[in-house]
Amino acid sequence: MTSIDETDEIVKEFLVESYENLDRLDRDLVALEQNPSSAESVASIFRTIHTIKGTCGFLGYARLEAVAHAGENLLSRLRDREIVLSAEITTALLSTVDVIREMLAAIEKSGQDGDRDYPELVARLHELQSGAVAPAPAPVAAPPPKAVPQPLPVATTAAPATMPSSAPAAAAPIVLPAPTSASPAKAALAPGKPAPAATPPLAATAPERAPSNEPADTRAASAVTDTYVRVDVGVLDKLMNLVGELVLARNQILQFVASADDPSFTATSQRLNLITTELQSGVMKTRMQPIGNIWEKLPRVVRDLSLALGKRIHIEMEGRETELDKTIIEAIKDPLTHLVRNCVDHGLETEAERVAAGKDPEGRLSLRAFHEGGQVNIEISDDGAGLNLDRIRAKAVERGLLSADQAARLADRQVCDLIFLPGFSTAEKVSNVSGRGVGMDVVKTNVERIGGIVDLVSRPGLGTTFRIKIPLTLAIIPALIVTSGGDRYAIPQISLLELVRLTGAQVKDSIDSIHGTPVCRLRGSLLPLVDLGRELGFGDPREPLKLAEAETVSIVVLQADNHRFGLIVDRITDSEEIVVKPLGKHLKGIPAFAGATIMGDGRVALILDVLGLAQVARVVGQGQDRTKSKRTQTVEASERRKQSLLLFSLSDGRPVAVPLSMVARLEIFDARTVEALQDYRVVQYRGEVLPLLDVDTLMGTGAANWDAEGPLHVVVHGVGDRHIGLVVRRIIDVVEEHVDVKRPTSGRSASGVLGCAVIQKRVTEMLDLDAMLRLEAGRFLAGDETTTGAEG
Amino acid sequence: MESIQFTTFSVDGVYFGVDVNGVQEVLRYQTMTHVPLAPSVVKGLINLRGQIVTAIDLRQRLGMPPRPPGTLPMNVVLRLDDGPVSLLVDDIGDVLTVSPHLAEPLPETMQHLGRELITGVYKLSGRLLLILDAERAVTFHNGRLRGSDDNHHAAAATPSNPQ
Repeated sequence: MTSIDETDEIVKEFLVESYENLDRLDRDLVALEQNPSSAESVASIFRTIHTIKGTCGFLGYARLEAVAHAGENLLSRLRDREIVLSAEITTALLSTVDVIREMLAAIEKSGQDGDRDYPELVARLHELQSGAVAPAPAPVAAPPPKAVPQPLPVATTAAPATMPSSAPAAAAPIVLPAPTSASPAKAALAPGKPAPAATPPLAATAPERAPSNEPADTRAASAVTDTYVRVDVGVLDKLMNLVGELVLARNQILQFVASADDPSFTATSQRLNLITTELQSGVMKTRMQPIGNIWEKLPRVVRDLSLALGKRIHIEMEGRETELDKTIIEAIKDPLTHLVRNCVDHGLETEAERVAAGKDPEGRLSLRAFHEGGQVNIEISDDGAGLNLDRIRAKAVERGLLSADQAARLADRQVCDLIFLPGFSTAEKVSNVSGRGVGMDVVKTNVERIGGIVDLVSRPGLGTTFRIKIPLTLAIIPALIVTSGGDRYAIPQISLLELVRLTGAQVKDSIDSIHGTPVCRLRGSLLPLVDLGRELGFGDPREPLKLAEAETVSIVVLQADNHRFGLIVDRITDSEEIVVKPLGKHLKGIPAFAGATIMGDGRVALILDVLGLAQVARVVGQGQDRTKSKRTQTVEASERRKQSLLLFSLSDGRPVAVPLSMVARLEIFDARTVEALQDYRVVQYRGEVLPLLDVDTLMGTGAANWDAEGPLHVVVHGVGDRHIGLVVRRIIDVVEEHVDVKRPTSGRSASGVLGCAVIQKRVTEMLDLDAMLRLEAGRFLAGDETTTGAEG
Repeated sequence: MESIQFTTFSVDGVYFGVDVNGVQEVLRYQTMTHVPLAPSVVKGLINLRGQIVTAIDLRQRLGMPPRPPGTLPMNVVLRLDDGPVSLLVDDIGDVLTVSPHLAEPLPETMQHLGRELITGVYKLSGRLLLILDAERAVTFHNGRLRGSDDNHHAAAATPSNPQ
C-alpha cells in the first residue's frame, strides 16, 4: 500500500477491510456449499459484497462496483430463496471474489480499479440469476420477514465503522441494537442502491429497498467491533522494541539488586520485574494472531483443487485459535499452503482409488495446531496412500541425484528426506497444482529460516503427516548463558536438551578421548563432544583436548536437526530471557552465530546458532545447510563428507566401520547372560529383549563362540523401540574422515554391508546397521512405520 | 562553491576527515565484545543504546601498525544504509569547515595507506587532511571463512586492494 498517497487514508482502509472480508467470503462460500440452506451464511456473504460495493461506489471505482453489483444481485435472489444454490453458482461467486481481489490489487498498485470490465463474469452472474427457480425476474421481491436474519453484530460489516470520520455518512453514526420491528431489519439487509450506475436487472427490485446505502453501512457497526481498534503494525513493532529495551534495563537493575542491601530498592525492583514481565507478555500478545487467520484460505484452496483433480476431500481443523507471532504467521503462510496443496495433489487418492483400497471415498485432510513446550506444533495430515518410496527412489535415479545402487541402499527414512531436495517431484504430470519440482525444499528452507523444523511421517496406505515445529516468537527468547574463553554466549533454549556437569572421577569414567575426538558416555549412550572454545578458534586446534585431566567438565547437550551433541563450555552461568538483535553485515556470514543480545551489564553477547555450530564442528553433515545454494549438493556428494566412524576389528584383524551416528550405545555384557531364543541369541536389556548378531558370522570370517566366558562388546543400534546388538571383537577407535564409500565387492552377500572405504589408509568395510536392523531383526518386532527428520 | 564540513580524527599520526553528514556521533572508548571467527578488522561489538554496532579497526583496515598497548581507541560511528558501523580511531579532532579550493588530487605516487579509501587531500595550514571514503572503509569481504570462494575474497581484502 505504499504506493498510495498517505493522505488517501480512506482508500487504504477500504483495501484493508475488503481484503479481510474477502478472506472470510472464501470460507463462507465453501461453508454455504456444504450447507446450502444456511440463511445466515447467505446473509453474511451478501453483507460483505454489499459493503464492498457500497464503499467503492462512492470512492468512484465503477468497474469494481459493477462486478460487485452483479454478484450482489445474484446473492439477493439466493437470500430471498428465489433460486437455489448450485455448484455453478458457488463457482461463479468464487470467481467474483477472485475478480474483486484482482481489482483491489490493481487499486493498491495504481489507484485505479484495473482496465478490465469482466463482461463474461457479469453476464454469467446475470444468467445464473434468472436461470433458476424463478423463471422470470420477479418484479418485486417479497422476502418473508422471517427469512431475513437479524443484522447481528457481525464483524463482516465492521469496515464502515471506521470510515465515518471522512465519509459523507459521518453525520449518521448510528449503531442500532438488534431491531425490533421488521422494517429496519429489512433495510439493514437490503441491497442498497447506491450509485446511478445500476444496471437494468436490479432496477426492477431496487426501488422497494432502502433508499440509500449509508444507513445500512453505518448501522453495521456493532458492539462487538467497538471493542477492537485497528493498529498499525509499525506501532506494535516499535512497542515491541521498546519493551525489549525495557527488559534489558530491568535485567541490568536486577544485577544491581544483587549487590545492594537497601530493602526498599529490592522491593521496588521486584515490582519493576513483575510489571516488565507482564508488559512484555502483553505486548507480545498484541502481535499474536490465531493460526486460523491463515487457515481460512485453505478450505477454498482445497475445494478448488479437489474439484480440478476430481477428488472428494473433507478438511478438518483443530486448534485454529492457537496463537503465533505475526512475523511467524507471515513466514509460514506459504509453506503451509504448499503442504496442503501437496497433500491434496499427491497425498490423497481419487475417489475410485480410495474405493478400490476399501477406504471412505471422501479423503480426509486434517490440520492441527497446538502449543507444546514453548513451541507451536502444526500438523498437516491426510489419510491418503503415503509416500511411494519406490517411486521416489526411481525418481532420484532418473534425476541423476543417486545411482540405482545408492538408491537401493538408502534407508526408508532417507528416501523420505529426498523429497526435500531442490528440484525433486514425483508427480507424474505437471499440473498447475504441483509437480513443477519447486516447493518442498522451499518449504523446508522457509520453516528453518524462522528456527523451525519440518518432520514427515509416512505410513504406506494410511497417509502422510507433515509436522512443523516453530518457536512462538522470534523477538525475545529464553536462552542459556555460558562462558567460554572469557566471553559469554547465549544458547537458545529451544535446542537445549540437558546440562551435564562431571566432576572428579566422573570425568575419567565418562569421557573417552580418542585421537582428539572426544565422546561422552551418557546413561550408556555415546554423545559426541564439541569444545566451544576450540570451535570459536581459541587454543591450538592440533593439540588434543585434555579433558580427562580437568577438574570439572560442563556439557550442554544440544539438539541440531536430528543429532545430539554435547557442547563443552567453561562455565554454565544462567538462563535468561534475551532480546535477539541482528548482526551487522560484516558478521552475517559466520555460521556459528545467530545474532547478538545485550546482557544485564550492558555488554554484548553473541547468540550461538546451534545448527551452524554443529555443521562447523561436523556433528551434522554440511549438506544440512539452510542456505539453498549449498543444499543443491546431491546425496552422492554427501557420502564423501567428513563423518565420524566407529572402527572395530574382525577376528582376522580386518577393520570394519559403522557411522557413529548409527551407534546408539556401546555396551559390555557378560557372556553368561546371553540366552538362546529360536535361532537367535538374545540378552535382556533395559527390560527388553535385544537380539544379538555376531559380526564375524555376518562377515563370514568365523563363527561366534557363544559359550565363551568373559565380556561381550556390543554395538547397540536402534530405531524407535527396535534395537539390535552387534557383537564385535575389539573396538579400535573413533575417527573422523572424508569417506568415499565404494559399492560392495561382488560375490559376497551384501546384506548389511554398505560398501568399503579407505579409512586410516586401510580398506575398511562399512556396515549398514539400518539394513541389519530391518533384515535380521525384522522377525522380532513388526511395524513398518518410517520416521524421518527433515534432513536435506 | 560551498565549503564542506568534515569530522576529523587521527590514526597513527595521520590526520583524516569524513563528511560530517555521514557521521552519527563520536564516542569515547566503549567496552567491546570480541567476535571469534570474524574478519580480523572487526574488533568487536559495542552496545550503542541498545543497538548492536560492529566496530572496525581503522588501523588494521588501512594497513597501519597495531595500536600501542595501553591506549584505547575512540569511536566514530558512521550512519550507513544498513545500520551504524563504528570506526576505531586513535583520537578525535574538531569538525572542520574547509573550502573546496584547498582540495588536491591524491598524489599518484602515494601507494600505501589504502589509497582507494582516500578520496582527496586538503592542504591545511601546517598539515594535510586526508578524506576517507566512509562507505568503502567499512566495505570488505569477510575473511577467515571456509571455502575457496571465500579465501579468494579474503586475499582481496588486504588494504592495498580492497575490492
